[in-house]
Amino acid sequence: MTLNPIDEFRAELRAWLNENCPEEMRDGLMSEEGICWGGKDWVFTSEAQKIWLGRCASKGYTVPTWPVEYGGAGLSREQEKVFGEEMALINARSPLESFGIWMLGPALLHFGSHEQKLQYLPPVARGEVRWCQGYSEPGAGSDLANVQTHGADQGDHWLVNGQKIWTSYADKADWIFALVRTDRDAPKHKGISFLLMSMDDAGVETRPIKMISGISPFCETFFTDVKVPKEQIVGTENRGWDVAKYLLTHEREMISGGGAGLSGGGRALGAVINDTMDEMGATLRADAMRCEVDTLAIGLTLERYKDQSEAGQGAGDASAMLKYMGTELNKQRHELMMTAGGSNALEWDGPLGNRAGDWLRTKANSIEGGTSEVMLSIVSRRVLGLPG
Amino acid sequence: MTKLVMTEEETMLADIARGYLDGAMPVSKLREMRDAGSTQDAATWKEMADMGWAGVLVPESAGGSDMGFAAANVIAHEMGKTLAVSPFLSSAVIAATALRQVSDARAQSALAKIASGEATYALAVDEGIKFNPESAQMDARGDGNGFRLNGKKQFVVDGAMADRLLVLARTSDGLTLFDIPVDRAGIDREKSNMIDARDVARITFEDVEATGEDVLGAVDSAMDVLRPALQAGQAALAAEMAGLSAGAFAMTVEYLKERKQFGVEIGKFQALQHRAAHLWCEIEVTSSAILNAGRMLDEDPENAELAVSLAKARATETAILAVQEGLQMHGGIGMTDAFDMGFYMKRARVSAEWLGDYSYHAEKVANTRGF
Repeated sequence: MTLNPIDEFRAELRAWLNENCPEEMRDGLMSEEGICWGGKDWVFTSEAQKIWLGRCASKGYTVPTWPVEYGGAGLSREQEKVFGEEMALINARSPLESFGIWMLGPALLHFGSHEQKLQYLPPVARGEVRWCQGYSEPGAGSDLANVQTHGADQGDHWLVNGQKIWTSYADKADWIFALVRTDRDAPKHKGISFLLMSMDDAGVETRPIKMISGISPFCETFFTDVKVPKEQIVGTENRGWDVAKYLLTHEREMISGGGAGLSGGGRALGAVINDTMDEMGATLRADAMRCEVDTLAIGLTLERYKDQSEAGQGAGDASAMLKYMGTELNKQRHELMMTAGGSNALEWDGPLGNRAGDWLRTKANSIEGGTSEVMLSIVSRRVLGLPG
Repeated sequence: MTKLVMTEEETMLADIARGYLDGAMPVSKLREMRDAGSTQDAATWKEMADMGWAGVLVPESAGGSDMGFAAANVIAHEMGKTLAVSPFLSSAVIAATALRQVSDARAQSALAKIASGEATYALAVDEGIKFNPESAQMDARGDGNGFRLNGKKQFVVDGAMADRLLVLARTSDGLTLFDIPVDRAGIDREKSNMIDARDVARITFEDVEATGEDVLGAVDSAMDVLRPALQAGQAALAAEMAGLSAGAFAMTVEYLKERKQFGVEIGKFQALQHRAAHLWCEIEVTSSAILNAGRMLDEDPENAELAVSLAKARATETAILAVQEGLQMHGGIGMTDAFDMGFYMKRARVSAEWLGDYSYHAEKVANTRGF
């Protein structure tokens, strides 16, 4: 009997996963503590985590769709889907998560030179270098193009001065990709460059910000006379906004995916509600049902847009819609989880673990990567053509 | 499963349907019919039959075009945009799907009559104020070799104009579906004066005789035949409601660009922009559920219940939102009968109720999802 190529791929992959995924990595854990972020200072939480990362990296499975020469496995979308299904089948943990994978990778693959891809991407794929994102500033939140961090042209390098905020995990990152103003006289969207900087450089300083969820995933990052060589620019000088916009689309799709429960939280809701039905009553169940209906429909919408873009029908500004709908839903779902948890949900590290922390974390979903209001304005202007 | 993208054939079908309906069934046609006191239009239905719409789910062997459920949804969606009134859902979708579950010669000939537009059907299921087929109480006790039907049905859509009725009634050991002509002795139809001017009837059955010939499918097993028919109807109705939402929305966005207050187009105001943008997002999300329901009915009908109920639940919510937002953003003019928004609002309310409201379908979703 001969198998068609995709079935053959599935069979080989399944055998490989069974052979290579350590038992301890088959708990499907996606909580904050379970994630492997990699980086030069990364301390593996277990031997299994280290082995799992190493084995996946050697096959390109940390970044399955990236080209092989840049550390990926070169999977097609169909194969990627199979990869996801087979990983889910054994409840395997993701071997590596990082901003390098989600954000820098797509930016470099689209805008970077071949040399840059060769230099920066394989270490990301192997989990050796951890990246963070330097976008927002105190005066550039929703008005992101108003960034003031300045890069002064010094011939072979820029001298960077300024401050970033909400730089996720900047205190643990090795490198940062940042939006830097390299032309103060140009209109605000046309004077920004997308620069890569080492966090070890002299003049880079980070300070964690304690958030309402009790943890400090976000930082302030300060640049004082940091020298950035000219070859560390992605794309064209003063055209960094194009890269930023491209990445924002990625970020929005990523955040909305979380909202649609594709990362696992969605399946939990029914079970949680059932557990507490007797104490909670009909209103909570009705709210949860509504949430479930919307979760499924948004999940299908994500699927539809993927199918559309694969079929060459551009998804257009759909990422704004998905981001808005997905994050608002995610917040709603965590409100329901809190209600379902009752007083048990109100303790830090209480009987329900970090449910309260997770709930508080979701409040940022409709702010980060563009607020819900900005998303609605994008839809209004670009899709509906309403006057600006 | 076929991807969640409109195929080339489906896009073409939508374009053809749009072109035809803009001429034959614009909203002004519904207004004319309402003012004239009847929404029956046999001539237009004949044209639709000639285009293959009446036979969209009828096998080619019985003269149908057999385009499938996703295609039926495409047609229903276009009809919804301009509130076209026709026997499409009752006859071409629901009755045809029910008849297709039965393979005898009588069903074949009934299907052929549906496809040609010669016979129209109405589904008589509801007895109370809510859709709940399993709890039908209408009596069909055995009488000699046949049955005697006694009871009342309400909210029979297309019930005043249809030639035949699919009647759900209780027999000795379960529910049975009967396929009987409206002129059978003992049937009394009273046309309801519907808010949306649609053809709907309350029907009384008094000692109506039925034979084994009139039973569709097996005695005491109505759901085997009815369930697929209801699912097809619910999905197509959801598609029609999505079309209705799109129609009301298009009108609203146009108005936002035209209407001036405080010296500017009201579409410049962020409060209205965000309301409109939110509505668009809801419409987009709902359209995914509609597309999915059509694909599931065509490719995996045994497991389509979740997809269908999801589509009807979402379509209901979205349509109710679309007409409310549409009316609010039109301001006072939206409240006038001279303007079309009221037609959309009334149809949305009637369609929300037909074949199961939001709660009915959300319950189905929750049950399948383990709540």
